[in-house]
Amino acid sequence: MRIRLASVVKTFNTFRAVRGVSLDIPSGELVALLGPSGSGKTTILRLVAGLEFVDSGEIYFNEENATDIPVRDRGVGFVFQNYALFPHMTVAENIGFGMKVSAVKRSRAQIQERVRELLGITQLDGLDERFPAQLSGGQRQRVALARALAVDPRVLLLDEPFGALDANVRHDLRRWLRGLHEELGITTLFVTHDQEEALDLADRVVILDKGHIIQDGTPEDVTRRPVSAFAMQFLGDVNKFGAIVTDGIAALEHGVTVAASGVRNGPAEVYVRPADLQWSAEAPGLPAHILRVMSRPGSRRIVARTDSGETVEIDVDQDHPAATGDAGYLRIARATVFAADR
Amino acid sequence: MSGPGRRVPLTGDNPAFRRALIGFVLVVSAIVIVAPLVAIFAQAFSLGVDVFAKTVGDPDTQHAILLTVVTALIVVPVNTVFGLAAAWAITKFDFPGRRFLLVLIEIPFSISPIVAGVAYLFVYGLQGLLGPTLQDAEIKVIFALPGIVLASMFVTAPFVARELIPLMQAQGRDLEEAATSLGAGGWRTFLSVTVPNVRWALLYGVVLCNARVMGEFGAVSIVSGSIRGQTNTLPLHVELLYHDYNTVGAFAAASVLTVVAIVTLVAKLLIERRGAGRSPQAVSPADQPALIKRAA
Ligand SMILES: Nc1ncnc2c1ncn2[C@@H]1O[C@H](COP(=O)(O)OP(=O)(O)O)[C@@H](O)[C@H]1O
Ligand SMILES: [Mg+2]
Repeated sequence: MRIRLASVVKTFNTFRAVRGVSLDIPSGELVALLGPSGSGKTTILRLVAGLEFVDSGEIYFNEENATDIPVRDRGVGFVFQNYALFPHMTVAENIGFGMKVSAVKRSRAQIQERVRELLGITQLDGLDERFPAQLSGGQRQRVALARALAVDPRVLLLDEPFGALDANVRHDLRRWLRGLHEELGITTLFVTHDQEEALDLADRVVILDKGHIIQDGTPEDVTRRPVSAFAMQFLGDVNKFGAIVTDGIAALEHGVTVAASGVRNGPAEVYVRPADLQWSAEAPGLPAHILRVMSRPGSRRIVARTDSGETVEIDVDQDHPAATGDAGYLRIARATVFAADR
Repeated sequence: MSGPGRRVPLTGDNPAFRRALIGFVLVVSAIVIVAPLVAIFAQAFSLGVDVFAKTVGDPDTQHAILLTVVTALIVVPVNTVFGLAAAWAITKFDFPGRRFLLVLIEIPFSISPIVAGVAYLFVYGLQGLLGPTLQDAEIKVIFALPGIVLASMFVTAPFVARELIPLMQAQGRDLEEAATSLGAGGWRTFLSVTVPNVRWALLYGVVLCNARVMGEFGAVSIVSGSIRGQTNTLPLHVELLYHDYNTVGAFAAASVLTVVAIVTLVAKLLIERRGAGRSPQAVSPADQPALIKRAA
């Protein structure tokens, strides 16, 4: 089902948590709401679910105006950040709850059958008699998902679905959830503050800051063509240099220049990813010396200080001979330039 | 805690101090709590079991017991419903005056019960605000069961709510929201999600409320008029017998109240134990490998 938000505004007391958000999610898409803590992600998700109501703006499910439909009748599956499993019910009872209270009457056998099916889909076979307290984090997460799927939701909403899990489990669950989405095809909106998770999992990433949408695009769009310094910084580590733009050329110190087509003349900021900086023993480039070298799987990261006192980070090949104390030059292979705020 | 071998010295962890402190607490408990309890039963049975049975079997005492039980049967359910409703409203909804209501509910705790009794007299008594109206309608509140019930309700109003509010606040609204998003209605959510998760605290509040209703003296003594065989509750009856120089009778009646107290205490302990181990059966060792395998 297609979901559309039109100029949605939500204020808590006097705090404007969501400030005019418009969003169009085609049926079957998997979309990530990505932003720092407090940017309004959860609030937007809760508005779509009907757990909060908008101050102004509309929410459409297909062509139907769902703005004032209460959560009970919205037909959404919501997976809470802390899962909110019913602690006094077994896994099977948790999953069956939605079917039990539904207006659509099902026999006990039908419910059991569907619960068994969902246990299979979520790889929880054999755990049906457990209580939530007896499960691992990843299992709880899947119970929460199974419980939400049990009511055949038109939309699946997930709040920080992997937030409480450790790195390995998180990685596996991410792949698994992507597979499940492809299998079921339910329109899914999930919230995360982890850019890697958003880029990994989503068809489309919506970057939020302070209740505004900063950028809305495919993972490729947002990583290759960030629209603002915020998007650039939020999507990964980045180095920042001051520059002056004159007719499409940004001039840094020491005669270093980068292309800056379309950027207005005057002071500007040049953003460069660590992998887009190169370390060279010889000029030309920005003179710098190495403070520290960190080893990573498959690469090394150099922390260096330029002669003008800025700390920069550079990713180099794992066989690169750089060592602490070396002096050398930074070259910029690729950069994104934004005019400085005035 | 450190193992049996080496002990980490804690503040004040010095044998002499420890012994002195424990000894002090034991002596004070004996004087203040144990001695009077023993005295009650000793006095009650001082003239033998027959006299005890006769006193407890006395029609006025029987009536006092009945009246006390009837009062509890009315007040406890009403205050349980009130407590649930208040706790639910305060913890699950935002509305103006929430904090004020929270303070209001606590008032009976901080006010002397006698003040409550006098206040009721002022409102419902013959010379009171509603007195003439009630008299015209021939409704008797003061010096009758309704007055006793009202006074008892006032005094015990906070008991259930106070047990529930902190717990329900800590639990937040997530479970209710989850139930609603799955299509459950308000009642359904309340009965199958909210109540089961607070059941031990609820029972605990009910038990304490009951004990207080049965033992309430101050507020009830003002509004009931202590008419023997009519508006005399058990605590009031104890006092009457005592003033009649019927020591054995007073202590016999008091021993009945004490038994209620002891039953309450046992119930409270049991509830606390069940409530503490609230998560249903722990994972059995046989299940453990499967759990680990799945998580891996
Ligand atoms: N029920 C609420 N009452 C008051 N303020 C709230 C409420 N819910 C959220 N907020 C505020 O709105 C802002 C956005 O919150 P949220 O949507 O939870 O952010 P995120 O999920 O992106 O971290 C936060 O500053 C938060 O304090
Ligand atoms: Mg959030």
